[in-house]
Amino acid sequence: MNTEIIRVEDLIHRYGEFTAVDSISFSVEEGEIFSFLGPNGAGKSTAINVLITLLPIQKGTAMVAGYDVKTYSQKVRESIGIVFQEVTLDRDMTCREILEFHGRLYQMPSFERKRRIDELLSLVQLDAKQDTRTKQLSGGMKRRLEIARGLMTRPKVLFLDEPTIGLDPQTRKRIWDYIKAVNNEGTTIFLTTHYMDEADHLSDRISIIDHGRIITTGRSYELKNMLGEDLIYLETSDLQGTRAALAGMDQVREVREKSRGIIAMLTGDGTKMLPGIIESLTNHGIRVLTVNLKKPSMDDVFLHFTGKELREEGAEKPSAAVAKAGRR
Amino acid sequence: MTVNTGFLTVYWRDMLRFYRFKTLLISSLVQPALWMAFFGIAMSANFNRLTAVIPPIPGVPTVDYLTYMAAGVIAMTSLFTSLFGGIVLLFDKNWGLMREIFASPLPRNHIIFGIALSGMTKTFIQAVIIMVFAIIIGAQFFSGFTAGETILAIGGILIFVGTFSLGFLFLSAAISISLESPEGLQGIITLLTMPIFFASNALYPITAFPPFLQAISLVNPLTYLVTGIRYFAIGDNFQSIGVHYTATPATIAFSFLFLVGFAVLMFGIAWWRFKKATVT
Repeated sequence: MNTEIIRVEDLIHRYGEFTAVDSISFSVEEGEIFSFLGPNGAGKSTAINVLITLLPIQKGTAMVAGYDVKTYSQKVRESIGIVFQEVTLDRDMTCREILEFHGRLYQMPSFERKRRIDELLSLVQLDAKQDTRTKQLSGGMKRRLEIARGLMTRPKVLFLDEPTIGLDPQTRKRIWDYIKAVNNEGTTIFLTTHYMDEADHLSDRISIIDHGRIITTGRSYELKNMLGEDLIYLETSDLQGTRAALAGMDQVREVREKSRGIIAMLTGDGTKMLPGIIESLTNHGIRVLTVNLKKPSMDDVFLHFTGKELREEGAEKPSAAVAKAGRR
Repeated sequence: MTVNTGFLTVYWRDMLRFYRFKTLLISSLVQPALWMAFFGIAMSANFNRLTAVIPPIPGVPTVDYLTYMAAGVIAMTSLFTSLFGGIVLLFDKNWGLMREIFASPLPRNHIIFGIALSGMTKTFIQAVIIMVFAIIIGAQFFSGFTAGETILAIGGILIFVGTFSLGFLFLSAAISISLESPEGLQGIITLLTMPIFFASNALYPITAFPPFLQAISLVNPLTYLVTGIRYFAIGDNFQSIGVHYTATPATIAFSFLFLVGFAVLMFGIAWWRFKKATVT
């Protein structure tokens, strides 16, 4: 255990003037599910494209499955499977042909190819659709077929770039189950996502990435614990006074002001601390109007570390546009 | 150590698509026949009337214009099919499918080989169909040949057509992998086909060309393909539309080597473009 299957040091990637990946370093351990969590345009896909050898490495070093991406790109390609962000299926080939083509690309012997195709088609429950052309498949089926394709060669590492983008909740859930099943069989999974719940639900470890930099890395609960145990949200008669009062309390780790209320991160169990806090505020002559207590979610984690909410589409667009423009 | 047969994978897929698109398949087979049927018959009627007054050179067998131009139509179809043969790469690139291939262990030059091989196969199918159709509508191909000679002649034609098409398929692959949009390729191909087709001996003799056009026709691979096809299909000594054509094994060998050289050069360009290509 604890062997590194991916190791990246000081990786930088620029498109002209625009720095898409800005000196990132991280490592992935064999057998784990590792996520890059970040908004569109944060540099996730660029980083993945360097690791899968589609983009040349500009600065820094990257090792995948024991091979240097720069000098042994051929060996890296033989060791990995990839599910791309966009659908990359030939619309006019059948499910079976898609897998057949992939197996041939990797020089799999024909008997092994056939056995794997049968096995994978049933794993992703597409056996009934094996002779259907991919243009007739639903979005979820296409995704499952692509995951099956990524697994054809029993890769050491499977890269998944936004695996459930644009899919409905039930399909996402099923795809998560497949990803977990695949991981349980020993395949290391590297995934990028901009869905909090996806990173939270699937990953052993998460790196939060924004503007081409890794902001923090850790296990889901570790990241949440950095925010303290629990969060309380208060609306009171005197926000300034509340803020000052909370800042002076031992139970409170950090205070943030929102437009109409205040969020306080607590050092312990909120259900036990809350009555004392309210009492203390009342003693300061502050009337508490609304109280909300919650456990930190990945959204809160992201907000905390990047200063913005992941779901704010407007905030992500400029950087995404720059990334796109740089790629041309 | 096993031989990497990756190019066969690319070939397999391209032929699968060729067979699958029935309209594409049928139109690609019917189109050259239509060329012969309409353009060929119309042009030959005109040319035969115009050249009827030219006194034939004594002692040299005469072939009619239909036979003369049939060789040109085979060459032209090979040119068009080959130049469009690489377009699948451009579509693959645009649809993101090329990423699967580029991220796989398949050596890049196998993509070029695979596409060239499938393009060559399509060209062969078309060349044979035109030959058969030309003979049906009256082209005097292989006249006076024994069965053995005919087979050898067909083999010779296919070797010329194959070598020629490889050159243009490599060129097509090089252009396709370098471009962003199919419209661009369309424009470039139209731009290329005009001078290549008309500055050649496909439809008329080059002897009466102005010097600069003649110079172009002499570095034009199509001219050498047509020369080869006429040599194998008609013979080494004939006259048509008042021009006396002779060929020696040396001129045919030169024509063939010219096509080989062109193919090698184009492969070099394609390889260079593929090495520089990034697909994300």
